[in-house]
Amino acid sequence: MKLKAPDTVTFTQSGFCPGCGHGLAVRIIAEVMEEMGLSEKLLAIVDVACGSLNIDSWRFDTIMAAHGRPIATAVGVKKVRPENPVMAYIGDGAAYSIGMAETMHTAIRNDNVVAIVINNSLYGMTGGQCAPTSLPGQKTTSTPRGKDPKKCGMPFNIVDAFSGLDIAYLSRGALSDPANINKSKKMVRKAFEKHMAGEGFCLVELLSPCPTNLNMTPVKSVERISNEMVKYFPLGEFKDKKEE
Amino acid sequence: MAKVLMKGNEALAEAALAAGCRFYSGYPITPQTEILEYLSWRMEDVGGEFIQAESELAGINMVLGAAAAGARALTTSSGPGFSLKQEGISYLVAADLPAVIVDVMRIGTGLGDIAQGQGDYWQLTRGGGHGDYRTIVLAPASVQENADLIYKAFDLSEKYRHPVIVASDAAIGQMIEAVEIPEFVDHDIDKFDWSIKGCKKGDEQRKIQNIYYTNPDYEDYLRDKYSAMEAEEQLYENIMVDDAEVVLVAFGISSRVCREAVQVAREKGLKVGLIRLITLYPYPVKAFEEAKNAKAFLTVEMNILGQMVDDVKLATGGKFPVDHFGSIFEIPETEGIIAKIEQMLKDVEKEEA
Amino acid sequence: MATEIICAGFGGQGVLTAGMLLINAGMEQGKNVLFYPSYGSEMRGGTANCAVKISETPEEQIASPVCKHPDIVLTMNGPAIDKFEGRLKPGGLLLVNSSIVPDDRTYRDDIKVVKVAATDIAKELENPRGANIVMLGALASNSDVFTAEYLREAIDSFFAKKGKNNPKNAQCFEKGAEVK
Repeated sequence: MKLKAPDTVTFTQSGFCPGCGHGLAVRIIAEVMEEMGLSEKLLAIVDVACGSLNIDSWRFDTIMAAHGRPIATAVGVKKVRPENPVMAYIGDGAAYSIGMAETMHTAIRNDNVVAIVINNSLYGMTGGQCAPTSLPGQKTTSTPRGKDPKKCGMPFNIVDAFSGLDIAYLSRGALSDPANINKSKKMVRKAFEKHMAGEGFCLVELLSPCPTNLNMTPVKSVERISNEMVKYFPLGEFKDKKEE
Repeated sequence: MAKVLMKGNEALAEAALAAGCRFYSGYPITPQTEILEYLSWRMEDVGGEFIQAESELAGINMVLGAAAAGARALTTSSGPGFSLKQEGISYLVAADLPAVIVDVMRIGTGLGDIAQGQGDYWQLTRGGGHGDYRTIVLAPASVQENADLIYKAFDLSEKYRHPVIVASDAAIGQMIEAVEIPEFVDHDIDKFDWSIKGCKKGDEQRKIQNIYYTNPDYEDYLRDKYSAMEAEEQLYENIMVDDAEVVLVAFGISSRVCREAVQVAREKGLKVGLIRLITLYPYPVKAFEEAKNAKAFLTVEMNILGQMVDDVKLATGGKFPVDHFGSIFEIPETEGIIAKIEQMLKDVEKEEA
Repeated sequence: MATEIICAGFGGQGVLTAGMLLINAGMEQGKNVLFYPSYGSEMRGGTANCAVKISETPEEQIASPVCKHPDIVLTMNGPAIDKFEGRLKPGGLLLVNSSIVPDDRTYRDDIKVVKVAATDIAKELENPRGANIVMLGALASNSDVFTAEYLREAIDSFFAKKGKNNPKNAQCFEKGAEVK
């Protein structure tokens, strides 16, 4: 078992709350880069929301793009530097709400970029508002009486939305327990392998705890992933286009 | 290179390639669409990347990525589409990124219409997106200037690490004139230290983000940047300004008619001159120093509100009457401008008496 | 002052090509030239048209792209006459395609009207798409913009540069130039 984090994790004091899932995602990405020999090549694009704090958490060349646009920005980067791995790292609000058009059209074009989507079922940076991924009945600061699916719709599942699209890879993992964290890492690695092989758009969604905005203890917030979130967001690999 | 006949939009597109632009992403909207169509095949010929984006928002944010990666990147739009670009233009400024944005201006507000207009002046010169910024704005008045100014725009944007806007209009974009495309130059995407390329072990990580986060002297840095632009980049052409009593101030399509109006007015014995603006920001205040005998100024703009009048008042210290000759449906005509000048001269005489 | 010409007709009658041929001829003489396609509000009304300006000297700059009072209007059909005859300068030249436009049509009496059976001539010379070239021949011989010889050669060199010169174009041009 490896205890030392990769050199690309900076250990500068981060702005993440205790129990947040972003730190786990950073470590997974940094380890995959190290294992694949890509640490000096990765070009990362983060959103302006909580994930933007990663610009200081890792030592990859990074763009902080406009809210919802990191996948589009990543497409621009990849076209100019096709040899480099290019990753957009964003939350569910960016990927599935304000940046839905960018997410969808990158998938339609099957552009060769990796998107890591951290799904915590709410808007974290702005203080816990309702997101397209919020669960029915979930109390948020903009649904104080609980999310009413009649008004806001059911939780958005990217797997359904991408069902007819010819993309390289689509999977969902959970940052909830060691077994699932290891599975998530394998998914991230597979996404980058396909990306480096030029297969096209790879999206890995990671269910992630947000104890602060859920008003839960860190333990409760990871239990919520296993007990409640996976009902709406099943885990697994959903698209795994074989190389032709 | 010999002169060839080209449509304004196409000459602009070709000259962008000549300047080393190898990334374009845009969205169709009249009257700029020929730029997109031209680059859809021509970009491939020169080994660059063309993307027809899903929206103007996606287009400009792709440009941001390409610029951050070190490429000379371009996006183009018109009117309502240009408004959508503002998000990305503001982010480009905040991140100190060079890029070129073209607004082929069209008439109106909201949807407006596809005919030529100059109603984007405020949006162009005041920074149309979030906040505290301006960008250099170049205003071509011919097909040749469409080519020359887009070429120059890439150099300026790199000089200041700042986006530059070329504000053409439907008439300049649609007309065909003889043009000489500038010489093709190569652009090296690795020539900037700051562009993202992969962080080698031991190197300092490159961060493309709000410069506020990274530059402790950012207030002075910004003041110096804008001061330098204002001191060094004013571009204009003065035509018979030194003895003129009425000085016309115009840019783009309107300025072509004003040039003719000066000639006709002089034949009639009227002392009229023209300050033709090539940069809209920085505003060419230096041009006004030559207007030593001026009694009144007249802006000729294809908008209703006389958007440039305030800038002329500022440039002349508020010492002169400044009037506006505006039209939106038709390109202004010499006869109308002359009639307006004659009226102004009468008013000035009355005032003096 | 620059010569202002409007070319108008149905789409497919080659009026835009006629405009391009004219500005190319002007450019080759070192003059400033401008071509403005029908656009925006100009586009309504069923005709394809373009405005062409050719400077008198290489120094003269061209102002507005719009031909408000053209010196010459080259028309290929009736609607084009309806639309542009009124704009002609007094003393201006109106070229009429008499293959299509009825002979009893009346015109302003302060302009010069030249009737050219352009469509028929082009057909007879087995160059049905050359009706616009026939018109340009008549334009050259009935105005001072270009000599007929110069314009004919400029047209040939324009197409030659594009690798598709048709020797019948010169015949069409000559036939047009005979009409006075």
